Amino acid sequence: MGLRNFFDRIEPHFLKGGKYEQYFPIYEMVESFLYTPKTVTTAAPHARSYVDMKRIMTYVVIATIPCILMALYNTGLQTNMAIAEFGANGWRAAIIETFGIGFNPSNPFANMMHGLLYFLPIYITTLVAGGIFEVIFATVRKHEVNEGFLVSSMLYALIVPATTPLWQVALGIIFGVVIGKEVFGGTGKNFLNPALTGRAFLYFAYPAQLSGDAVWVPVDGFTGATALAVSASDGVQELAARGMTWWDSFLGFVPGSMGETSTLACAIGLVFLLATKIANYRMVVGCLAGMIGFSLLLNWIGSDTNPMFAMPWYWHLVLGGYAFGLVFMVTEPVSGSHTNMGRYFYGALIGFMVVMIRVINPAFPEGMMLAILFGNVFAPLIDYFVVQANIKRRAKRHG
Amino acid sequence: MAQKRREMLIDPLVDNNPITLQVLGICSALAVTSSLQVAFVMSIAVTFVTAFSSMFISIIRNHIPGSIRIIVQMVIIASLVILVDQVLKAYAFEISKTLSVFVGLIITNCIVMGRAEAFAMKNPPLDSFIDGVGNGLGYGLILMLVGIIRELFGSGSLFGITILETVNNGGWYVPNGLLLLPPSAFFIIGLLIWAFRAWKPEQVEEREFKIQNVEAH
Repeated sequence: MGLRNFFDRIEPHFLKGGKYEQYFPIYEMVESFLYTPKTVTTAAPHARSYVDMKRIMTYVVIATIPCILMALYNTGLQTNMAIAEFGANGWRAAIIETFGIGFNPSNPFANMMHGLLYFLPIYITTLVAGGIFEVIFATVRKHEVNEGFLVSSMLYALIVPATTPLWQVALGIIFGVVIGKEVFGGTGKNFLNPALTGRAFLYFAYPAQLSGDAVWVPVDGFTGATALAVSASDGVQELAARGMTWWDSFLGFVPGSMGETSTLACAIGLVFLLATKIANYRMVVGCLAGMIGFSLLLNWIGSDTNPMFAMPWYWHLVLGGYAFGLVFMVTEPVSGSHTNMGRYFYGALIGFMVVMIRVINPAFPEGMMLAILFGNVFAPLIDYFVVQANIKRRAKRHG
Repeated sequence: MAQKRREMLIDPLVDNNPITLQVLGICSALAVTSSLQVAFVMSIAVTFVTAFSSMFISIIRNHIPGSIRIIVQMVIIASLVILVDQVLKAYAFEISKTLSVFVGLIITNCIVMGRAEAFAMKNPPLDSFIDGVGNGLGYGLILMLVGIIRELFGSGSLFGITILETVNNGGWYVPNGLLLLPPSAFFIIGLLIWAFRAWKPEQVEEREFKIQNVEAH
């Protein structure tokens, strides 16, 4: 218990009147990261539960573990496969060679290590850059640094392409933290998803680095569009011709942003989140229904010029960021709708918008990011109508 | 009196800025600030229109019947805008093409209308003129600030002169494409308002709604 004693000894310095009073948020961050938060809500009325914010956030991070493992493995796999064709270069290849790990795509360890060399720099940059701004705001605004940032940073690192330059990664997360969260008052008061806000910033600011042919597999000379881009131009049949099957896509062995390729890994996370009741099943149901319903409708309408019309719903499910967004972004409790009825509509709106953007808007092959941000913006409005409808119904019942 | 006129000129720059405090004229501030040159011309045009429309309206303010005053003000403002538009077409055709419809839309700029209605209808011509110049400059100041940020980081140049060599031209700077899109001006103006109000806390508005804070005990 030496550590506990250490914290107890230095704590008075950070309390009101202490020497380092203004650095209390930093002390609080480290302390509550290591120990159970001491502050509990004391004022009535509150339902007591052992699930505090720290536990919720930790659970979400646990739920991303399958995605992280898949991200490491698949990023390494795609890179090593491309290296077999085009040859290795860059500092990562140098490190791999120094340790004699090799570039064999059929060696899982080599793949994991190579993936780690892509994921770690991005994740560390995210933590440092976003963390600095988080602490600045916490210190100036006198609120606590929240575990929520652990989740945002993890999700953010998983949805950027492996080749994103690190300074862009830093800019994106700073934008996400400041504009997406802190200007509205910090964790719990943000109406947009901070991780997605950061990615949207990068997407519009640096389209060359964030979308296009060469970004998904980080080897010079390799050009391969994502599965979505291919199906947007040539239809789903073309995917099979390029050797991408539905099962590849489902398991996650296709090029794409680091964490979002594997629908299976996302599904494992979803089961965990639903079992622990962190994610609300209504949003998931709504989002699936919206996506399936609208893509079936588009299949039925059909189009001669746009092959995306014919894309079946089970392909929409496994391609691009749909699964990842569904599990970790749509279900986020703060930026989504807060009424149970509203959650169905909120989910359905996002599901509908994804297919809409993917199929009908030629400018964006992927629509999950924009659809979720769109849903975030409409969530309070949906809640408003649900509440109004409830008031009206009760007023009628009681005359 | 000279002191008061000085205030009329200086006040709208920061303390009573039409964009950051009154949040007027946002539409054109979003549309014309992607290049500094265009923003500069727009600032001059708006300053000209605001100043002279205020002056002319002030001259005839005692003869305008209250019920049709808006129409009379619009006629004066519209004539001045057409004048500006024709001058731009004659002497700065390229810029006039970039500004396109936004010169015409100076008519609907709330700043022009607002000064005419709020100040020129009650004050003598010279004061109104100075007030118009001041508000035009306040508008221009924000336009230029936004323009500097957007052009410098969006295309690496100022007034079309390259400052940061972009990657496409063999330099090192990767231009930020978001800044060339109009929505970026929203963020920048928002951040500017934040900065202004952090600098001058008296500009911060009363909260309409305060979240109830229950003291922990």
